[in-house]
This record gives sequence, C-alpha cells and structure tokens, in this order.
Amino acid sequence: MLEIKNLHVKLEEEDKAILKGVDLTVEAGKVHAIMGPNGSGKSTLSYVLSGRDGYEVTDGSAELLGEDLLELEPEERAAAGLFLAFQYPIEIPGVGNMTFLRTAVNAQRKARGQEEMSSADFLKEIRAKAKELKIDADMLKRPVNVGFSGGEKKRNEILQMAMLAPKMCILDETDSGLDVDAMKLVADGVNALRDEGRGFLVITHYQRLLDHIKPDVVHIMSEGRIIKTGGPELALEVENEGYAHLKAEEA
Amino acid sequence: MALPQAKQDATEARLDALSLPEGGWSAPARNEALARLRAMGLPGARDEYWKYTRPDTFNSVEVPEAALFEAEETPVFGERGALRIVFVDGVFDAEASDELSLEGVSIDRLADAPDIHWARDIYGVLEARGQSPVQRPLAALNTAFATDGVLIHVTGTPSRPIQLVYHHRDTRSDAILHHVVKVDAGAKATILETGPAAARFNKCMEVEIADAGTLHHIRAQGRDHERRAATHVFARLGRESVFKTFTLTVNGVLTRNECVIELTGDDAVAHVAGACMGDGDFHHDDTVFITHDAVNCESRQVFKKVLRNGAKGVFQGKILVQPGAQQTDGYQISQSLLLDDDSEFLAKPELEIYADDVACSHGSTSGAIDEDSLFYLRARGIPRGPAEDLMTIAFIAEAVQEVEDEDLQEEIVARVAAWLERRRG
Ligand SMILES: Nc1ncnc2c1ncn2[C@@H]1O[C@H](COP(=O)(O)OP(=O)(O)OP(=O)(O)O)[C@@H](O)[C@H]1O
Ligand SMILES: [Mg+2]
Repeated sequence: MLEIKNLHVKLEEEDKAILKGVDLTVEAGKVHAIMGPNGSGKSTLSYVLSGRDGYEVTDGSAELLGEDLLELEPEERAAAGLFLAFQYPIEIPGVGNMTFLRTAVNAQRKARGQEEMSSADFLKEIRAKAKELKIDADMLKRPVNVGFSGGEKKRNEILQMAMLAPKMCILDETDSGLDVDAMKLVADGVNALRDEGRGFLVITHYQRLLDHIKPDVVHIMSEGRIIKTGGPELALEVENEGYAHLKAEEA
Repeated sequence: MALPQAKQDATEARLDALSLPEGGWSAPARNEALARLRAMGLPGARDEYWKYTRPDTFNSVEVPEAALFEAEETPVFGERGALRIVFVDGVFDAEASDELSLEGVSIDRLADAPDIHWARDIYGVLEARGQSPVQRPLAALNTAFATDGVLIHVTGTPSRPIQLVYHHRDTRSDAILHHVVKVDAGAKATILETGPAAARFNKCMEVEIADAGTLHHIRAQGRDHERRAATHVFARLGRESVFKTFTLTVNGVLTRNECVIELTGDDAVAHVAGACMGDGDFHHDDTVFITHDAVNCESRQVFKKVLRNGAKGVFQGKILVQPGAQQTDGYQISQSLLLDDDSEFLAKPELEIYADDVACSHGSTSGAIDEDSLFYLRARGIPRGPAEDLMTIAFIAEAVQEVEDEDLQEEIVARVAAWLERRRG
C-alpha cells in the first residue's frame, strides 16, 4: 500500500535535515503505529507524504499503490487515496464545514472520473456518520473547526476520513486532547474503516489508543529514522520504559 | 478663503461645460449647491481625503472613453420580481421601465419637476449637511447639475423591491443622477441598484428615514472595466430606524463610493458594507463618515477588498461620536486580501469620540491567502484554484452577510465565484 524507502528530508529554508533515511512499508489491511520522542520527525513524515510546502526531499522515495507520491500535488495525493488526520487541524473562518466536505468529496470523485455525489445522498451520509461520532448538526454548519474544542476538532478529522473513505490513512496524534469517551469514539471510527483494502499509519505517544486500535506493527522513530520495529508489545515496552534504552540499543 | 488659482480654474472650466437645469422646485437647491461648489472647488490631490485617489478624471471637462461591456449573463438581481426603473447612460428609459406605481410607495422622476414636491425638503439638504466637516465637492456638483433621478417616497411596506437598472450604451456618456428616498415612520422598503451606468457616472442618493422606518439598499456595480464612478449616499436616520447598505463592486478603473450617515434619533441602526473584486487596472475607494448624535445607536462598517494584478483599494472610514451620544456601539472593519505582491491596500480608519459611555472598535488588515488553510483544503482533495476561491469567498463573507436577504447573499456569492473562476481560465 504505502512504501517509503530511504526517505531523506530537509527544510527548504534552512540546512536542517529532519528525516534521515526512513524505511517503512504499510501493507493493505494492516495498522502500523509510529511512536517516538517529541521532535523525532513523525509529523514531518506525515506532511511530506501529504505534500506540504517547505520540505525538500533529498533522497529516497514514497509510493502509494505503486504511484510516486512525491511527484503529485497535495490534492492529487488525496484523490489517489491518501488521508492525513492533522495533529493540529486548521480553523478556516468563513468556510462552512458542510460546504468544505462536500467540495472535497466531489473534487476527489471528479479527479477519479466518478460522478458527483448528490446533495441528498451527501446529507444522508454525513448525518449518519456525524451521529456515530457524536458530532451534532450544529457543528456541521459552523465554519471549519472554528470554535471547536480540541476534541471536537479531532472527531471532525475522523468524520472527514469516514466521508472521504481513503485507502491509506495517516493519523497524527489523533488521540491527544481526547477524553476517554471521545478516544473510544475515535477508535470506533477508525476500526469501522479497517478492512482488507485499507492501510493505517497511527502516530501516537500513548499505549491507550493502541488498546482500542490494535496495531499489527509498531515502529519507533528517533532523530529522523525508524530505529526499531516490532509487534504490539513494543508499544508496551515504550510505555513502561521510555525511549532511552531503545536509543542506547540503536547506538 | 480664496481657492488656489489652479483649483479655481479647473472648477470654472468644468462649470462652463455644464448647464444648470432650470425651473421647478429644485432650482433653489441647485443654485445653492453651485455656490457651495464654487466656494470649495473641485477635489484636488492635496485635499485630505483625496490623497489616495486621484480625482482628475472625475473633474475633467472631457469624459474619458469607456468601452461598452455587455456581459452575456442573466441580469443582476433579475429574479427578484422588482419594480424596474431603467436609465440608459443616465437617461430615463420609460419603455424599458415598469410603470412607476406600487402600493406603499410613490415614485416620481427628478426631471419631471413641478413647482412643489416633497423632495424639496431633502434634495441638496442632506448633501449640504454632509459637507461638514469634510467637503465633498462632487456631491455638490451632482446636486447642482443632476439631469435626472428618482424620488421615492415609501409610505408603507411595498411587496416588491424597487430596482434602479443602469445601462451603458455610449462610450463617452457622462451621467449625473440624483435620487431621493424618503421613508415614512414605520415604513419599510428595499432598493436595488445594478448595472454599468455610463462611461463616467456621478451619482448621489439622499435618504431620510423617519422613526422606526427601514431601508435596505443593495447595489452591484460592474462588471464594466473602464467605468469611472463617483457615488455618494447621504442618510439621516430617525429614532429606531434601520438603514443597511451593501455594495458589490467588480472591475472598474476608478470607483469612489462615499457614504455619509447621521444617526439623529435614539436606538437607530446603520450598517454600511461592501465587497469589491479588482484585477489589474482597478482602483476602488470606500470613504465613509458616520456620525452618532443620539443615544444607544449602532453602526457597522464592514469592507472587504480582493485585489490582484496590481489592483488598488482604499478605505477611509470615520466614526464620530458627538457629545451625549451615550451607549454608542460602533464597529468598523476594513480588510484586503492581496492575491499577489503587486496589489495595494491603503486604509485610514478614524475614531473621534466625545462621549464616555461608548463601545467603538475598528480594525484594518491586509494579507495574502493563508497557506496553512490552503494546504488543509488541498490535502482533502480540493485543487489549488477552487481552494483559493473558497478562501476568497470566505474572506468576503462577513461583508456579504450584512445583506439580510439570503437569496441575495447567494446570488452575490455566486457572482463573485463566477468572477474568480473566469480569472482562473
Ligand atoms: N518548518 C519547520 N521549521 C523549523 N523546524 C521544523 C519545521 N518543521 C519541523 N521542524 C523541526 O523538525 C523536527 C521534527 O518535527 P516534527 O514535528 O516532525 O516532530 P514530531 O515527531 O511530530 O514531534 P511531536 O511528537 O512533538 O509532535 C523538530 O525538531 C522540529 O522543530
Ligand atoms: Mg508531531
């Protein structure tokens, strides 16, 4: 599904290398988790994959279903099936949540040569999905993320993911700022989307999310590289012992 | 004080080329306006409120040529079922107009000047009041020389809006129109104004709203590219009255819209808003002066400008709170969205307050489309162009929301969207 090879990334504006040779493959149907200390490059990886400006790829490759991601515009990556749930979802005053999502759904459909979704179908679907995530109708009408609480923003990301039904979902700390119940809702939302044809890359600091979304593989990122890969037990190890011993092991 | 020679010469040259309409009830007002104009002279680049906008082509004897612009599209606000009053190059077109009769309102033409008319108490009177403390010579010129206009007396609540529809058919037309609107106590009406009016257009509208009266004024200027328009609205508001005016401007080499409002009765509400879209050879100036002279009045100024390819926007807005105008609620925002580095926005926000129990806020910003927001939209699959359009429409939303009628709001947004889309090719 997602194949990242020897990915090196530096900041465009300054000579600062952030990713220093990331190798990572997420297979269809699997959930991979990435953990790692603050500043290790997890969000940078998610931004580079989704095409944000400001980074320069100096070496390596990233492919989604065999297609070179790095050559594509952000919107083309989205249409190809990539989705990033942002660590810090953006507030966009003046753009209604509903208008935004409908425009996004239909833009992706158009890019794939599919027919646009009718207003009625869209409304029906978004209402049903919002209900599952306990997002009330009023929030749908408000401008994108404006005045949303931290947890509401995260749930809104999951709603977008559910509506767009991407093939490869990257979740960047979607659990941070969520209360226990909201965490469960978000996990249920993710689990509902788990299937044979879909891959997940879940960035998190806490084991707690992984209790709900059981990962197949856990990676540890440190200083711009994956330093260890293992099963779910690796997350528990981090939870109990922190990163110091892993870094030492690596060195 | 004597005028500088150059100013006096320019003024006299222009006056020589104009002729004062004679007779009728408006004659004294016209003569007084002419005297006012002679005393102050035409606007000059040194005048305090003409620093950002060059008045030359408004003043010149010769009318700058303006290509005709016939957009092949549905008429603006054409679906509103309005009573249409049509002017072609500033000349009333009876055939194209609807019959000037509608329940709850009486409508006359300025050019049909009998000796006695209700408009006499307003014509030139509000304009003259609006000359202090800031002079507005083009408005005095208008009062003196206007060739036509409509006199609308709202006595009830007409079931349809009244629409002033302008057409531009002559590349050198020079139109001077003066409208008067009087809204009786408790009466309520909507006036729409649309279309390219002339190569050069000087328009004045005086609005007197009695206690608890309401007037909504929604105007769409454009899409003619070579238009030069100087317009004035002078409004005086009575107790608990409401006046809301919104202007959408697209294109036009030079547009100056002045709005002068006096809140003279307690609990009155005045909203002035505008959204303009400029591309290239475009200069748009909103100059607003709101005077609070009563208790517990509310005023809002909301102006948004979208500028690209070297387009230029100007905002000069003032709130004056007179002594005793307690519990004034004044709000003013002027913002520009610069779609490239060549475009420019100049703002002069002013507050002058002589009362102590007052809440006034004002702000002015100028900036580009937010890159983080743009990336967020694109990451969801919305291509750059449409994503920028969404952000641009979001930017003007606060101004458009000043229009109460949601269907009109939608039409305005749709027209702006179409304008943006045409620019993306
Ligand atoms: N645009 C930027 N300008 C300057 N430094 C940057 C930029 N983007 C990333 N960095 C730096 O790159 C490093 C990696 O940041 P990144 O946000 O990817 O970390 P992270 O692993 O997601 O951390 P966290 O767990 O705190 O979210 C940090 O040192 C960060 O300061
Ligand atoms: Mg991060």
